[in-house]
Amino acid sequence: MADLIAKSPCAGLLPVTHGTTSLSEVEMTTLTSVAPYKGQETGLSDALKAAHGMALPDINRATGKEGARAVWFGQGQVMLIGPSPASSLADHAAVTDQSDAWALVRLEGEAAEDVLARLVPVDLRRAQFKRGHTVRSQLQHMMVSITRTGDNAFLIMAFRSMAKTLVHDLETAMRGVAARGSA
Amino acid sequence: MRITCPLCGERDRREFYYVGDAVALERPDPDAGDVVWDDYVHNRDNPAGVTRDLWYHESGCAAWVVITRNTVTHEILSTELASKVKEAQS
Amino acid sequence: MRVNGKGLVDRSAPLSFTFDGKSVEAYAGDTVASALLAAEIKMIARSFKYHRPRGVIGAGSEDPGALITVGSGAVQDPNVRATVQEVYAGLETRSQNCWPSLNVDLLSLNDLAAPFLGAGFYYKTFMWPKAFWEKLYEPVIRRSAGIGALSGKHNPDTYEKAFAFCDLLVIGAGPAGLMAALTAGRAGAEVILCDEDSVMGGRLNGETYEIGGQSGQDWAARAVAELSAMDNVRLMTRTTVTGAYDQGTYGALERVGHHLGGLGDTPLECFWRIVAKRSILAAGAIERPVAFRNNDRPGIMTASAVRTYLNRYGVAPGKKVTIFANNDDAHRTARDLVAAGVHVAGVIDTRQDAPDGEGYEVYKGAEVCNSEGRKALEAVTFRYPDGREDKLQTDCLAMSGGWNPSVHMTCHMNGRPTWNEDILSFVPTDGTVPGMVTAGACNGAFSTHAALAQGAAGAEAALGDLGIKMTKADLPEAEDAPYRLKPLWAVAGKGRAWLDFQNDVTVKDVKLAAAENFRSVEHMKRYTTQGMAPDQGKNSNVAALAVLADATGRGIPETGTTTFRPPYVPVSIAALGAGAQGDGFAPQRFTTSHKASVDAGAPMIEAGLWYRPSYFPAPGERTWRQSCDREVNMVRNAVGICDVSTLGKIDLQGPDVGEFLDFVYTNMFSTLKVGKTRYGLMLREDGTVMDDGTTARLGENHFVMTTTTAAAGPVMRHLEYVHQCLRPDLDVSMISVTEQWAQFAVAGPKSRELLNGLLDVEIDDASWPFMACGEVTLQGIKGRLFRISFSGEHAYEVAVPSRYGDSLFRLLVARAEAMGGGAYGMEALNVLRIEKGHITHAEIHGRTNAFDIGFARMVSAKKDCIGKTMSERPGLVGEERAQLVGLKPVGVVQQITAGAHLFNADDDPVRENEQGYTTSVGFSPTLESYLGLAFLRNGRARHGEEIKMVDHLRGITTRCVVCDPVFFDPEGGRVRG
Repeated sequence: MADLIAKSPCAGLLPVTHGTTSLSEVEMTTLTSVAPYKGQETGLSDALKAAHGMALPDINRATGKEGARAVWFGQGQVMLIGPSPASSLADHAAVTDQSDAWALVRLEGEAAEDVLARLVPVDLRRAQFKRGHTVRSQLQHMMVSITRTGDNAFLIMAFRSMAKTLVHDLETAMRGVAARGSA
Repeated sequence: MRITCPLCGERDRREFYYVGDAVALERPDPDAGDVVWDDYVHNRDNPAGVTRDLWYHESGCAAWVVITRNTVTHEILSTELASKVKEAQS
Repeated sequence: MRVNGKGLVDRSAPLSFTFDGKSVEAYAGDTVASALLAAEIKMIARSFKYHRPRGVIGAGSEDPGALITVGSGAVQDPNVRATVQEVYAGLETRSQNCWPSLNVDLLSLNDLAAPFLGAGFYYKTFMWPKAFWEKLYEPVIRRSAGIGALSGKHNPDTYEKAFAFCDLLVIGAGPAGLMAALTAGRAGAEVILCDEDSVMGGRLNGETYEIGGQSGQDWAARAVAELSAMDNVRLMTRTTVTGAYDQGTYGALERVGHHLGGLGDTPLECFWRIVAKRSILAAGAIERPVAFRNNDRPGIMTASAVRTYLNRYGVAPGKKVTIFANNDDAHRTARDLVAAGVHVAGVIDTRQDAPDGEGYEVYKGAEVCNSEGRKALEAVTFRYPDGREDKLQTDCLAMSGGWNPSVHMTCHMNGRPTWNEDILSFVPTDGTVPGMVTAGACNGAFSTHAALAQGAAGAEAALGDLGIKMTKADLPEAEDAPYRLKPLWAVAGKGRAWLDFQNDVTVKDVKLAAAENFRSVEHMKRYTTQGMAPDQGKNSNVAALAVLADATGRGIPETGTTTFRPPYVPVSIAALGAGAQGDGFAPQRFTTSHKASVDAGAPMIEAGLWYRPSYFPAPGERTWRQSCDREVNMVRNAVGICDVSTLGKIDLQGPDVGEFLDFVYTNMFSTLKVGKTRYGLMLREDGTVMDDGTTARLGENHFVMTTTTAAAGPVMRHLEYVHQCLRPDLDVSMISVTEQWAQFAVAGPKSRELLNGLLDVEIDDASWPFMACGEVTLQGIKGRLFRISFSGEHAYEVAVPSRYGDSLFRLLVARAEAMGGGAYGMEALNVLRIEKGHITHAEIHGRTNAFDIGFARMVSAKKDCIGKTMSERPGLVGEERAQLVGLKPVGVVQQITAGAHLFNADDDPVRENEQGYTTSVGFSPTLESYLGLAFLRNGRARHGEEIKMVDHLRGITTRCVVCDPVFFDPEGGRVRG
């Protein structure tokens, strides 16, 4: 019997570099949506700390670090990125596997802010949007989650089915920014 | 146009989906009668001045937001989570 | 003519470009206008209506004279202002609005017909005979009117859009804007300074006066150098702020690539949306022309434009220049020209108390009343106060009727400007744009000192509002000369005196409008077209309404202005829609089976943003029908595979989900057993059907809802609405899992056999009866299995995490093919569901309710739900409603078409007799007939009746028999198979 083979959302599309900016796919990992039930925020945060070593992030914030992050993902929702969710979380929250629902890319380079300024209607300059800050917004026409993971690095998440458009739109902006930089 | 989402903060209008009058929150009882239901579903004021309506932060946090604004000056007077407004009503 | 030792152009960097095919010499830093004037090419264009020769009139984006076309072929860009277009080596420019050429323009005959082409001529002339309009008038008018032309080809240039944020946006980098930016920048505020010119400095670059002991040009350059060294200041040259919008949002057009050849990836333009906490408008002022007979000849320019060409570009626009003015400011032109060694023929000043000239004659109290010259100015006639007339030979007339502050942006949010009698101009009204203050000439403060002071004060006020500390700026010394002027709009006399150079509107036209009772300024504008050209009346509005005020016996403030609307300068649609070209238009959503489907030769069709396979052609099949028929038979007789991942899937968890679902669905879900699936119907609050789909209960507090592909987004929004706005008391959490799962229908009598070859634990009818659901594993991978059926066959939907979708689809199809089946596409899926009478959004199209589709019994009487009350309104149920029925052809014509109308067999097929309409049609290979789903008045009571289907569009009339919408296996034995 032929084996079922896993395919990443951006397979065959990435990595690419234009000018000083690079775009690469984040290796497939476990993504878990965690949405606390009524009045369970504190219990969930404690469970999250005990099991995964990070607190429930505030609105527009991410906790944890590379490999194990908790990213605020909308009203009453946090995306756990990396660890397999501890069963204790389900006592406090709706826990939903989202590992295959999102395309995760990393945009990096000195001009990464300029690239995003062409696509995202939110102020993502470092002074306002620091490491550990996150937003739910739109990138061109797509709903996305954007988290600053480094001085010049962003984690961008979009629907898996839109991976090709995500890469297309980012590359278009990257090319324009690169061309200006060299003009 | 900028709208302050009670959760996300000030955002561009394009992240929001507009629905209509916030009267939608005041759903009548099933037996309230034709006149009340007709008003609830169909009849809307069109004020030159302050109005309250419902917006959905669709590209953001997915919160439904009650926005009080002035249709003449376009000033936004307040924004509140619809769930909080509804809970306060009941 | 170049003037040595003057200007900011780089005389060490000569280059050449072409105008109408002829090579023109220029220097880096020139505009097309300055280079053409240096080359003594004065006639550049033809006017809109009369095809009169036109030349350069101004020196900025407001110039109404020198419109040119840049480039050729697909990238051709019409109506570019020569005063804005910077030169580069190889630039190709052309005159426009002339035929066959600029010099010999046959349409200039219009000029001789001028008596017939006055204001409103097209309203009067082309009224009759009616038939002439389409055949004769319109084509002729279209050819002779219009300014430039588009290429009609796809433009390969790229356009960009971008967002920016700042504490303070400074609009305009003249003395006021630079001083504002310096003040705010030094205090550490985030500043964006925009200027539409390629070099910042505004009027300072066109003048000779000093600031703080250095030339204005040097002061501006130093200010720019200081600002560009600040990290908190962003300088944007070639960027015109085009509009002020709500909550501190501004639109700005950046000309990124217009001054470069060979763009590559460089965008031509970028449209910025700038969000600023505060803004300072320092947009300057525009000098106004004076209306006098034949004031539109090439060589007649504004006085400040002549200074700009001299001081900024080192170009004298004439060899013998005359000045015509009503104010002191214009005398600077004479002084600068004399100082540069250019002959000044004289200054004609309408004021008796005009200052004396140094090295030039001043004709006090005189006014210019006519001009001469064929294609360029040769002489002007002027009139002394005593009525005597005299003539000056001159090749350039520098005119000034005063200055109009650029108040536009202050009026973009419904503001109206205020008339200021001292400067005979409209000035901004305070507070019309929240967060914006005005400074300098746009505020009616015309001296350099005042501009600097107001710029600094504006910045200080903004910083104070924002709570940013600062030290008060030291203002450099600058001229503070008074601005003295006497009203001068139109010189009395015969002949045509132009107000709007672009749209060929004269003083006579405005008077005619008044005489014909178009007395409102808004009516006058539309009747004469004054102010409706690309310059939007920047040069003509105030003078035109002064003439109107005079003609109607009112004052100027009573007459009022027309409405100023964005954009301040023309903005191409390509810039506004930047990013949406080609694949940027909308996101494309691809299923995990996309590549496998394309590999199999399936044509992909758009379903919303998704792409789905239409059919899978087999060898030898030549039409889609052949493929579709085979695929339908395959599902009915063996097994078919179809990707159904595009259906919306919403995961609902929490203790109150059952109650929540009872409220959003018409039928009961709280009673559904774990491991079971139920079909649900969802209404809008007005009683109309919103969507349908199956919902599975995976656990006590865990459900998965499916929606139709089209309604996935709207249903999610609706569920969030019901939860947050109506029932926030319910503890329910919901999330879309559409993207998480790759889900495939495995349909047909051999479906279980196929699945049992893949599942780690085999299933049978007892463990997975019809409507069962639950978790399964395939090769150790956790998936979900639902025994549901859209085709009416024994069928399943199997879901795995999307990463395995491609692999599983290929595997399923290979297995199916080995069993006499295979993949099927949307065409077959549609036929299969029509045979079963299953509805889609073709039936629940937003005007039908549960009663209409025959599902009235699904609206539970035991509970309230969204839409229930309104669905019971009179008129929404009963015999008069069009009800869902099936149709089969019975006559000679066997075709049923979608969107056709239904009539009683003997009635005329006219609107009054309409009985209903068809919604879905297809050819059933199973029943060997066309089948149709339709809505027919009182249809459920008319089964067996013969009716007439008429498709007026396609010209098809088919006799049909009305039947139950379930054509095939009405007992449903096969799904339980």
